[in-house]
Amino acid sequence: MNALRNFLDNVKPKFQEGGKFAKFRSTFGAFETFLFTPNETNKCGVHVRDAVDLKRTMIVVVLALMPALFFGMYNTGYQHFRMTGELADVTFWQIFFKGFLAVLPIIVVSYVVGLAIEFASAQMRGHEVNEGFLVSGMLIPLVMPADVPLWMVGVATAFAVIFGKEVYGGTGMNMWNPALLARVFLFFAYPTKMSGETAWYYNYSAEAAVDGFSGATPLAMANAGNYTSFADAFFGLIPGSVGETSAVAILIGAFILLYTGVASWKTMLSVFVGGIAMGWLFNTCGSAENPMAQLPWYNHLVYGGFCFGAVFMATDPVTSARTEGGKFIYGFLIGAMAIVIRVLNPGFPEGMMLAILLMNTFAPLIDHFFIQANINRRKKRVTIKA
Amino acid sequence: MSDVIKLKKGLDIRLQGKAETVFAQIPLPELFAIKPSDFKGLTPKMVAKVGDKVQAGSVLFFDKQHPEVKFVSPVGGELVAVNRGDRRVITEIVVKADSKAAPIDFGKSDPAAMSRQQVVDKLLESGAWTYFKQRPYNIVANPTAEPKAIFVSTFDSAPLAPDYDFIVSTNEEFFQKGLDVLSKIAPVYVGTHNNGCSKAFSGAKCEKVTAFEGPHPAGCVGVQINHTNPINAGEKVFTIQPQEVVTIGKLFATGVHDFTRVVVLCGSEMKKRAYVKTILGAQLTTMVNGNLADGHVRLISGNVLTGTQVQPDGYLGYYDSQLTAIPEGDEYEFMGWAAPGFNKFSASRTFFSWLTGKKHEYKLNANTHGELRAFVVSNEMEKVFPMDIYPEHLIKAIMAEDIDKMEQLGIYEVVEEDMALCEFVCTSKIAIQKTLRNGLNLMMKEVG
Repeated sequence: MNALRNFLDNVKPKFQEGGKFAKFRSTFGAFETFLFTPNETNKCGVHVRDAVDLKRTMIVVVLALMPALFFGMYNTGYQHFRMTGELADVTFWQIFFKGFLAVLPIIVVSYVVGLAIEFASAQMRGHEVNEGFLVSGMLIPLVMPADVPLWMVGVATAFAVIFGKEVYGGTGMNMWNPALLARVFLFFAYPTKMSGETAWYYNYSAEAAVDGFSGATPLAMANAGNYTSFADAFFGLIPGSVGETSAVAILIGAFILLYTGVASWKTMLSVFVGGIAMGWLFNTCGSAENPMAQLPWYNHLVYGGFCFGAVFMATDPVTSARTEGGKFIYGFLIGAMAIVIRVLNPGFPEGMMLAILLMNTFAPLIDHFFIQANINRRKKRVTIKA
Repeated sequence: MSDVIKLKKGLDIRLQGKAETVFAQIPLPELFAIKPSDFKGLTPKMVAKVGDKVQAGSVLFFDKQHPEVKFVSPVGGELVAVNRGDRRVITEIVVKADSKAAPIDFGKSDPAAMSRQQVVDKLLESGAWTYFKQRPYNIVANPTAEPKAIFVSTFDSAPLAPDYDFIVSTNEEFFQKGLDVLSKIAPVYVGTHNNGCSKAFSGAKCEKVTAFEGPHPAGCVGVQINHTNPINAGEKVFTIQPQEVVTIGKLFATGVHDFTRVVVLCGSEMKKRAYVKTILGAQLTTMVNGNLADGHVRLISGNVLTGTQVQPDGYLGYYDSQLTAIPEGDEYEFMGWAAPGFNKFSASRTFFSWLTGKKHEYKLNANTHGELRAFVVSNEMEKVFPMDIYPEHLIKAIMAEDIDKMEQLGIYEVVEEDMALCEFVCTSKIAIQKTLRNGLNLMMKEVG
C-alpha cells in the first residue's frame, strides 16, 4: 500500500491549484479518498469525531441492497426461462447467470452515466465528488423492468442526476429521490416499455414465448380479479421490476439498515402501518365491484414495489421528513397514498413510486409544522411566566 | 431529597486513558499566563506593563467594554511578556513567579452581612468576577446584568472528565461558603449526578438542587438549565464551575484570592494519568515533560470535545481542569471506509465495533474520518442532544444568518459545549461548534 500512497503523493501536486491537471482536482480527490481515508485532522471544535462518514453510510446501504439485487438476478433469469418454457431444463446457475447477464448491463449504464455527470458537475463547481450516487446508481437498476432498453436507462439516469439532484446543488440538497425520478421519467415518457405484460421478461419476443404465456404482474392480475398468493409474492418468484419482487430479500436489507442505524425505523414502520390501514379500510368499506379494493390488505404489502419503496426509497433521509414526529406522518401518508392510487386509479397499477414522490414534495411542509410547534412551545414558556 | 431528572439522549464516548483518583506530586512551573482568547468577545486593555512587579491578585488587564471587570495575576512575580498574534491581538500575558511575593489581602468578609452590590464589588476587585459566565453567549458576565439565576454543575460528564467529588472533597466547607456568596447575587441552582455524589453537592444549601442521570451531556450546565429553569428571550443567567465556587468561598473566608486548581492529566497518550495540584494559567511543561507517549501527540487543554489545542510549552486554559493527550492521527488509512473497523468508535453500528461490547474503551485520534459534506443523515444529532431544540434546523438557521429563526429555535439556550456531541456524531463532518459561535456572535452584534 505504501507504493500506492507514494505514487499518489507524487502526483498530487499536479492536481492541486497551479498544477498541470488542476482542472481534474475533483476527480483526483474522488479516487484518492476512495483509496485512502484522508489524513485530515480536526482544526476547530471537537478533537475526536465519530468514525462514520458519508462513504461508509452509503456503502452500508449498497450492502443492504445486495440480497434484493442477487435475488433480482435470479428472478430475472427465472422469469425469462418461464417465458420461454425452458424452466424444467435449466440448472440454478444457468438461471442465475441469465439474470446476471440481463441486469449487469443496466447497472453498468446507470453507474457510468450517473458518475460521469457527478464527476463533471463536481469538476465544474470545484466541489468534491459526493457519495450519494453510489446508492442511487444501485437503486435505479433495481426499479427497472428487466427488458428495459439500455439507452433508456442512460437517459433516465441523466435526467434524474441533472434535474433531480445537481440543479439543486448535489447530494443533500435534492427535493425528490433521484432513483424514483429516473423511474417516473421513463414511466411517463415510455409507458409501453415500463409496464404491460412484456417489459418484465429479458429478451421478450412473441416467438420466444411459449404458447398461452401470460406475463402480467400480480398488481395487473389483481386488477382483473386474479390474486397471486401471499406466499408467492412474499418469496418473490413473480414478474416485476428487478429488485422489488422478493419481500424476503428486501427484509434482509431492511434488517441491515435498521440494525446499523442508517435508516429510520419510524419511517419504515409507518409506511407499512399506512399501507395496512388503508388496505384494511378498502377491504371493509370498498366497492365490491373493484377487485383492487377487495385485494386483502396483506397482499398489498408484498405486491409491486411497496416493500422496496418502504425500505429503500421512503427512508432516504434527504428527501424524507427530517423531524422525528414528521417521519411518522410522512411514512403513514406514503403507505396510505400508495394504496389509494392503486385502488382508485387503475391507470397507475403501481402507486408506490408516485406516493413517495408526492410525499417527498410535502416533507418540508410536514417538518414546518413540527418546527413551528417547537417554536410555539418556546414562546408559550415566556407567556406562562409573564 | 433533591429532584432527579433522567436523561436518555446523549452518548458516553468510551475513550481510553482515564486517570485514577490519586494525586501526583509535580513541581510548579516558573511561568503562568492568562490567555484573553479564553474569554469570548473580550478586548483586553492592559494595565500592567512588561517588567512590572505583580502580586497574586494584581490587575493585569481589564475588559474594554466593562472596565470594572478586572483580570488579575494568578501568582506574584514579574510580568515578563505580552505575546501577540495575528493583527497584534494579545494572545498571552505571561508572569514569572516569585515564591517570595505575598498575595494581595482583600480582607475577610461575611457575605450574609453584605449587600448584593458589596459582594459584586468585592468579586470585581479581586478578579473573581471573571469566573462567572453569562448565558446567552457564554461570555464573561456583565456586572450590571441582573441574572435570573446562577447555575453550578457539580459533575462533568465529558470523556475522561475530572471527578469533582474527589477534587472538592478537601474543600467542602469552602464550596458551601462560595454558594452563600453566589446566593447574594441571584438564586443558585446546583446540578449533581445521581450516583452517590458528595454531601457537599447533594446537601448544598441553595435555591434548588437537582440530580441528573444519564450519558453525556447530562453534566453540561446548559442541559441542566434547559431542564430546570430554561432561558427565555431577554433573560440572562450566570454559570460557574465547582472549583471556582471554592475559590470564591476561600476569598471571602480568608481574604486571599487562591488560584490553586486541581487538574486531571488524562488521555491515551498521557503516560502518568493522575490529578495534580497547580495554579491557574500554569505552563504545562512540568505536567507533560516526559509524560507524553512517542509519536505525533495532540495536547488539549480541556476535554476532547470542547478543549483547546495547546503546545507542550503552552499554558492551561482559564476555565480548564483537564489536560488530555490523544494521538494526532494525521495518517492515511487504506480504504478505511470499507474496513470492518473493529476498533472504530461510532454511535451508529456501521462498523463492526459493536461486536466488542459496551465496556470496550477506544483509543481515538484527531482524524476527521471523512470529508465535509452537506447534511444528509437525519436524527443523529437529536439522539445526543437532550433538549427540546431541533439542532439541525438551528444550525441551518445560523448558516442562513436568519436571526429571527435562530431566536425562535432557541439559540439563547445553547453554547458550544452543549452541542459538541452533535459535532462528534455528524456524518457530514460539519463544524457545529464553530457555526454556533458565529451565530452567537451575530446575535451579540445585532441583538446585544
